[in-house]
Amino acid sequence: MTSIDVQGVSKTYRVRGAGAINALEDVSFTLSSGQTIGMVGQSGSGKSTVAKILTQMERPTSGQVLLDGRPVPTRGAALRAYRQRLRMVFQDPFSSLNPYHSIRHHIERPLVLSGVVPADEVDAEVHRLLDKVQLDAGAVVDRRPHELSGGQRQRVAIARALAPRPALLVADEPVSMLDVSLRMGVLSLLSDIQAQDGLGVLYITHDLATARYFSDEIIVLNQGRVVEHGSADDVILRPQHPYTRELREASPDPERFFVDSAGGAR
Amino acid sequence: MNEPLLSVRDFSVRYETAAPVDAVRDVSLTVHRGEVLGLAGESGCGKTTLAYGVQRLLKPPAVIPGGSVTWHDADGTDVDLLALSADALRAFRWDKISMVFQGAMSALNPVATVGAQLADVFEVHRPGMSRAERTAAVVELLEIVKVGAARIKSYPHELSGGMRQRIMIAMALALRPQLVVMDEPTTALDVLVQREILREITGLREAFGFSVVFITHDLPLLLEISDRIAIMRAGRIVEIDTAPNIWFRPQHEYTRTLLSSFPRLTAERQVTR
Repeated sequence: MTSIDVQGVSKTYRVRGAGAINALEDVSFTLSSGQTIGMVGQSGSGKSTVAKILTQMERPTSGQVLLDGRPVPTRGAALRAYRQRLRMVFQDPFSSLNPYHSIRHHIERPLVLSGVVPADEVDAEVHRLLDKVQLDAGAVVDRRPHELSGGQRQRVAIARALAPRPALLVADEPVSMLDVSLRMGVLSLLSDIQAQDGLGVLYITHDLATARYFSDEIIVLNQGRVVEHGSADDVILRPQHPYTRELREASPDPERFFVDSAGGAR
Repeated sequence: MNEPLLSVRDFSVRYETAAPVDAVRDVSLTVHRGEVLGLAGESGCGKTTLAYGVQRLLKPPAVIPGGSVTWHDADGTDVDLLALSADALRAFRWDKISMVFQGAMSALNPVATVGAQLADVFEVHRPGMSRAERTAAVVELLEIVKVGAARIKSYPHELSGGMRQRIMIAMALALRPQLVVMDEPTTALDVLVQREILREITGLREAFGFSVVFITHDLPLLLEISDRIAIMRAGRIVEIDTAPNIWFRPQHEYTRTLLSSFPRLTAERQVTR
């Protein structure tokens, strides 16, 4: 059981000409293994800053982040080890993979660096990971990213994230660059892996429907503050905060739309 | 609403590459005056090729092996779009049918002010207008799409994504066209800005009465804004019907598949967590 505690985290960026921008203000939540938390909010609400702070790409201006009760390391070997326990899947599978390297290289590197398997088992582990993300390992392992479709690339990015056997995964808009017809497949895969491996997943998105579908809890961010945090169904079906209601009203929802329009004129 | 504006019959587009690709196959559909026709389908199904093809905006190796496209103008004349000369076609486009392109971020010229880009439309299509008349028309457009005349000298990078998309809409409306083709106009925007733009489009349609062909892969969105929806797959229209019929009574297996590929925001969950 691993959990990460974000306690009263604020992040202020100083921008020349614009003064101080409070990207996050007093954000607190706990993400534990075995659980998926959806984090929603519009562009600029601070979602990606949370991801950067969790992965220690940015340091909080105030507040702290604890892994199993201890402050997360900020440098050196301890930080590298931390980043193998908490991994990231990025939004854009077209830029998050290195065009010069084969798929094998992308999966091998984290395996070798983390040392989770002995050197003579690396190849078998690469194949196992590609199988796990439902790619035909034999067909893709020696290809380069440009030879794969967007959906396949995002599966490679997931396999790479899983390689060091992390306890926690931060997925920042993992399907927003993919065609709709592929999105559910990739999210279902993530959800299956989450359940099998007992991962803790922070699913960052502006899509309320998939956030509800795949999360246990939902956190709503607005202008760097947590305005609502509760079970996925409570937040989406019984939103308490006006901002959550606004997000919900703005999201396309044929169910509600056709019920409403049956009662009135379109 | 049943007066036809654009009739497309048995229309095909083929890419004459080493292995020819039939991107659009025998498509027949009618866009009616004043309606919003949604065009849905996954990437590569041919929806953008169809929209570009009927306006003859495709370059070789694309060829149109067959079909007809007829424009029924508000003045009562019928125009065969596939037979128009290059000059006539140039005059026709944007004046009668305009487009809002995918990706407002990259569709605007980064080194020209939005005012200059809007004025371009009048310079090309309304050569008789004086500079002062053009400026007045640009100011009016900026007000219509609620960007405001104060932004006339702004460059695209100085505007938010939503504002840039409003500029694209202003450009499309400049000549008061009868049909506006919108190709994924809100895909890159977050839900709140998307909703704002959709409201804007609805208001402008009420004010100016143009028809819209709205292309997107976002079926839930399309169900809310369209009068009718055409579902495309592998170059063909597999189903075309009113939005409520597509939602409540989908006839084609693929339409059902497409509908089920979206999680429902407020319905009962199909999976339990």
